[in-house]
Amino acid sequence: MQQPTVELLYWEGCPSHPQALAQLREAMAELGLDPEAVEVRHVGTDGDAETERFVGSPTIRIDGVDVQDPGEEPAALTCRVYHRPDGRISPLPDPADIRSALHNAITTRSRS
Amino acid sequence: MSTAVGTEAPTFSLPDTDGVEHSPGGAPATLVVFTCNHCPYALAWHDRIAAVARDYPDVKVLAVSSNDAVRYPRDSYQAMRERVQADGGWPMPYLYDESQEVARAYGAQTTPDCFLIDGEGRVVYRGAPDADHEDPSQNAAWLREAIDAVLNGEAPANAETTPVGCSIKWKES
Repeated sequence: MQQPTVELLYWEGCPSHPQALAQLREAMAELGLDPEAVEVRHVGTDGDAETERFVGSPTIRIDGVDVQDPGEEPAALTCRVYHRPDGRISPLPDPADIRSALHNAITTRSRS
Repeated sequence: MSTAVGTEAPTFSLPDTDGVEHSPGGAPATLVVFTCNHCPYALAWHDRIAAVARDYPDVKVLAVSSNDAVRYPRDSYQAMRERVQADGGWPMPYLYDESQEVARAYGAQTTPDCFLIDGEGRVVYRGAPDADHEDPSQNAAWLREAIDAVLNGEAPANAETTPVGCSIKWKES
């Protein structure tokens, strides 16, 4: 199985990234991926946020695709707002969204 | 520097989203909650804090937004007004701490960061609303336990917890 590129971008002003990283690694292990193969990057300035198209911490991308479409959110050093299927707001992405993004990337790579 | 449990709470007067000034005190207990519009932790806990305001009519609940609205325009005074209006009103006033002096006086660290003040003006609880922003069934249990204790003339058993949330967005000097 080809390992997709998995990125976790975070800003230290938001405390959610350790839990997000743990969720991400758990999902990767469930799908047979190496949970240590996460590129973790700190976004520390407004300029970095613009360059990285970083709309908040944490941001998780699988093969460059965000696990939740950020829509028109502007780049900013902030905590990211995630919308859960039940309407709740959370500082963390839904674990199902992470698994789905990983699964899609694996499927796409296996076809190419 | 933070306002410690057992010390006198700083007093203040801040405008709500209608321009009406509010201050702590004049009630058996006052709950000052530093919060904001943009932070997912504050948003996740908002309904639970609003429920506390509804369930304890004898307690004065004051929501305070202190973030730098220049860098975080979602926390502007206008955005605060629009949010309250969109929600059809709140059960507590939403106060604008434009100078950030109130947040500094309290030593607020995060949104949310809760300070419960007794009828004599002393801080008797400081911290998070409950143990888990992800779990609505927690129902702001830590706050409710502290409020129940104060209304019964007792000291809260759990007087201090670690505030959890987004950092207060201080203005750049």
